[in-house]
Amino acid sequence: MAIVFEKTRGLTDKETHYCPGCTHGIIHRLVAEAMEELGVLDDAIGVAPVGCSVLAYEYFNCDMQEAAHGRAPAVATGIKRVHPNNFVFTYQGDGDLASIGTAEIVHAAHRGEKFSTIFVNNAIYGMTGGQMAPTTLVGQKTTTSPLGRDEGTQGRPIKISEMLATIHGAAFVERVSVDTPANIRKAKKAIKECFKVQLEGTGFGIVEVLSTCPTNWGFTPVEATKWLADNMIPYYPLGNFRKPEEVE
Amino acid sequence: MAKVLMKGNEVVGAAAIAAGCRYFFGYPITPQSEVPEYMSRELPKVGGVFVQAESEVAAINMVYGASGSGARVMTSSSSPGIALKQEGISYCAGAELPCVIVDMMRGGPGLGDIQAAQGDYFMSTRGGGNGDYRLLVLAPSDVQELADLVMEGFDLADEYRTPVVILGDGMIGQMMEPVEFTHPMRTDLPVKEWATTGSKGKRQNNVINSLYLQPEELEEHNVKLQAKFARMRENEKKVETYNIEDADLVISAYGTTARIVKTAITKLEKEGYKIGLIRPISLYPFPNEPYEKINPECKGVLTVEMSAGQMIDDVKISLNGSLPTYFYGRTGGMVPEPDEIVNKVKEILGGGK
Repeated sequence: MAIVFEKTRGLTDKETHYCPGCTHGIIHRLVAEAMEELGVLDDAIGVAPVGCSVLAYEYFNCDMQEAAHGRAPAVATGIKRVHPNNFVFTYQGDGDLASIGTAEIVHAAHRGEKFSTIFVNNAIYGMTGGQMAPTTLVGQKTTTSPLGRDEGTQGRPIKISEMLATIHGAAFVERVSVDTPANIRKAKKAIKECFKVQLEGTGFGIVEVLSTCPTNWGFTPVEATKWLADNMIPYYPLGNFRKPEEVE
Repeated sequence: MAKVLMKGNEVVGAAAIAAGCRYFFGYPITPQSEVPEYMSRELPKVGGVFVQAESEVAAINMVYGASGSGARVMTSSSSPGIALKQEGISYCAGAELPCVIVDMMRGGPGLGDIQAAQGDYFMSTRGGGNGDYRLLVLAPSDVQELADLVMEGFDLADEYRTPVVILGDGMIGQMMEPVEFTHPMRTDLPVKEWATTGSKGKRQNNVINSLYLQPEELEEHNVKLQAKFARMRENEKKVETYNIEDADLVISAYGTTARIVKTAITKLEKEGYKIGLIRPISLYPFPNEPYEKINPECKGVLTVEMSAGQMIDDVKISLNGSLPTYFYGRTGGMVPEPDEIVNKVKEILGGGK
């Protein structure tokens, strides 16, 4: 009997701890498949964040380091400088990357560090129980914005991809979503392109992936993907913000 | 090789390179900025990498990544910068990552000033970050000892899989003395099979981590760490002693302060006083045994520090009430004069010889 589909070798057999309907599982698979297809799995060193994906080191089938909250880009800098020929990536959520770790991600991009970042943006702190993130939408209710995020006192959500695209060392910046099969295919393509930028040594690359959090948003998985499409994508437009050819 | 005249901070860099360190991640702060300056100039010449990090926090986390990847790696800073690094130091201790961290102490608290001080004793020896851990802490009192301890520090870091702190101060960082880099390096240290280097598909994945979500597992990890600290206490105490079994008073001091104390002792001896010295070189593990060997007729132990009194706690623990203790300290970057120590000794001994 011919094999028509196999689980990627880029993921371990460990069952993930993610909530039902959470899109981390999809994103893990895309990252793992991209590494396997590019043939970098055996050379890969990943950095896990603090947040829902804190246990990513148990799921990606490669060498991994667990970083302190927000520090994954600094840890990845240390790894890549020691092993410039290995494939190095960080996998970070929006609390980790867009709040406590803004200095680390901005300066990794600024130095043009030659690793890749997968930035999972679900507009909320998931693991700690649904608190407001810098990416939380205006009006969105969370456990620390119970009346909804107030623009006047809490600002408008931060657009990480647009910000990083202003930095010369960031050779690849793209925002994708995993709310539909078509968008998942585009996300995979962007992740592979981003990884290729590292392999070509052009500079830093990041893919921001809009993701759902049904548990803390208080929706069913299907409602959550619809909420993402209706609310997040209009504020966080999908598309490429920077490609290597734009880096002079 | 003949001795060369070098500044303490540059000696830190030269000793690290001599010890095989090829990676340095740091941030400028007075009075240690010559360390990153030296490394930025010298590391590329030996195929090494210098990165000026965006912050002290980032620098120590770069150290974490590089150490976890199997490299000999160093960072350096001064007191407020070391305070910022404590998060990463705790993670390095938890994940058992070897590295050398140099603290050229300055006056505090807060922004303090840029003169020499010894106010980071507690932060260094008690574990300045969260959780139950200890670091190997070595305190040189001259530039040659600084070179030797930095070199040995890399071997000790690898042997125990621990961060090693070289606790100097602005004085030793800035002073110039003749130095040679001849400390013998170990050749028997095990290969770092735990490092993340890419599995090449030939071994289990390596994971660098300090997270143990199951309490039973975390306790087991802590028991293992504590056993390591016990091994350090067993094997790594370093101390210089002088005349402790015949002294009327013993002075205890570390680092550059101990040099000033030595000058005071020489003056006092000329006047007929019998003064001993205990100079801890390892601050953790603290060399407690010499305090148990002090002449029982001794009037007590005077601890002298450039702080309001931090090491004196370990002196008291070591004496366990067997002798009276006294303290003389200057703070804020003020350096004690030998005569101040002489006067304090005479005050304790009642002017009698």
